Amino acid sequence: MKKKGLNMEQKRSLTGWAFLLPAALLIFVFCFYPMVQALILSFQKGTGSAVQPAGFANYVRILKDATFQQCLFNTIFYFVIQVPIMLILALILAQLLNSPNIKGKGIYRTMIFLPCATSLVSYSMIFKSLFANDGLVNRVLSTVGIPTVDWFQNAWAARWVIVIALVWRWTGYNMVFYLAGLQNIDYSIYEAARIDGASPLQQFVHLTIPLLKPTILLTAIMSTSGTLQLFDESVNLTAGGPGKATMTLTHYIYNISFVETPKFNYAAALSVFILVVVAVLSAIQMKVGDKRD
Amino acid sequence: MTKGKKILAHAVLILASFLSVFPLYYMLCGATNTSIDVVRGKLIPGTYLVENFKSLVANQNLGLAMANSFRNAILMTLITLLVCSIAGYGFEIYHDKAKDALMSVLLLAMMLPFVAIMIPLFKMMSHWGLVNSWAAFVLPSISTPFMIMLFRQASRSFPNDIIEAARLDGLSEIGIFFRMFVPIMRSTYGAAMTVTFMNAWNSYLWPKVVFQSNASITMPMLVANLKSGYSVDYGMLMLGVLICTLPTAIIFLCLQKSFANGITGAVK
Repeated sequence: MKKKGLNMEQKRSLTGWAFLLPAALLIFVFCFYPMVQALILSFQKGTGSAVQPAGFANYVRILKDATFQQCLFNTIFYFVIQVPIMLILALILAQLLNSPNIKGKGIYRTMIFLPCATSLVSYSMIFKSLFANDGLVNRVLSTVGIPTVDWFQNAWAARWVIVIALVWRWTGYNMVFYLAGLQNIDYSIYEAARIDGASPLQQFVHLTIPLLKPTILLTAIMSTSGTLQLFDESVNLTAGGPGKATMTLTHYIYNISFVETPKFNYAAALSVFILVVVAVLSAIQMKVGDKRD
Repeated sequence: MTKGKKILAHAVLILASFLSVFPLYYMLCGATNTSIDVVRGKLIPGTYLVENFKSLVANQNLGLAMANSFRNAILMTLITLLVCSIAGYGFEIYHDKAKDALMSVLLLAMMLPFVAIMIPLFKMMSHWGLVNSWAAFVLPSISTPFMIMLFRQASRSFPNDIIEAARLDGLSEIGIFFRMFVPIMRSTYGAAMTVTFMNAWNSYLWPKVVFQSNASITMPMLVANLKSGYSVDYGMLMLGVLICTLPTAIIFLCLQKSFANGITGAVK
């Protein structure tokens, strides 16, 4: 016999739905719906009442866009150079801070983590001033007899300033993830390895890295997505220059949407491109991360 | 660990700490020195703080930017905590197949680069007449899969006995959430608050898009404005950077543990 109305279980399930509905709706309205809109925009041209289907025209245009290629190159450079340097540094520091008989760990951790407290715009300004033509870095260089560098006029130097700034801002952040991961590993494994005669390097390669693999994977994916979305640094540290030598993809998309005459359709095609790249790179990283199980 | 290795470990950690803190010390000195001294790399605090403050206030509407930034960040934090914590609780405590499936769909939103949805979002906000309003700033980032996950993980450790006992006492489901869950999960709320506030305060790209009038300027936008113009007053710039960094630095130093738990919490 069926009861009338809802039983207790069903009532509770409905309560659950009511609890999570606002959050779920917000994600659908302000994340998934705009994504679909961006996809639609990327296959159109014209604005207002003159909207026409454009097929793949916006995507074809990407292939012929020299500025886009420059920005893509810059972004890939930051990704390929900065992410590994930062993650390896963060791993080494976390490993050192996790050894049981080092004093003052708390102070070291706070100091290395401290750059995270600065906003991206703020630290861009600090580095802009440090690397200014007659700034502190060049002064130190000339004092020790190394020729000074015109950091923001030279394309490669400017790219390296961005890489250095990014490593400064984010190494401590990633280190905290590794520390959290390392704390779940029983330190006696390391004791045992040492008794078996494993060198610190061997311990690092054969114990730390495999045991932290899920965390490394997570930080790699976060850094990939973060690097492909770099904006604040490109705008404020180098203004994309010299020329467009340090401009990132997001900076370029911002410019063609809001600085120059708006080209929303083309910008949408570019942003779909970034989405695909993030998705593909994350998928590759997950595959690679899974392999050595 | 042998003595030599210990010394090496300390040497590496001291170097890393020095490099991490030095640019911030440079900023502190810069805020108290003249522009020429900042660029020269004077590394002792000077006496120019008041002058720098005067030119900063003359140059930019500091009070307005501060008020806007605090309003935006506080509203964002309060609404995010409410919406995401109750959702995370709902996903875990009342979980069934359909809810778990929805959660995995929502997680996909983590993969979406913000720049990919920025233009439709902007069109949406201008269509609704929300450009320049705090609502336009807050709405897209209230609900994030990350925050929902954080509270979903926390709900996992919420004892079922408490729920059962509260039900027997006649507390409603929403009553259980507000009267039992919220007080017990203070530390999770602390972590979520720290992360949300810092992200909201430091946010730059979306405010730059959606805050187009001078009246809605935020602190990071103000700092970015300081470097435009023919000559940059580095003393004033460093003071602007310092003022913009102070609120988040204070929160960071007081709630460092919370912040660390917040950024790593959802992934455990």
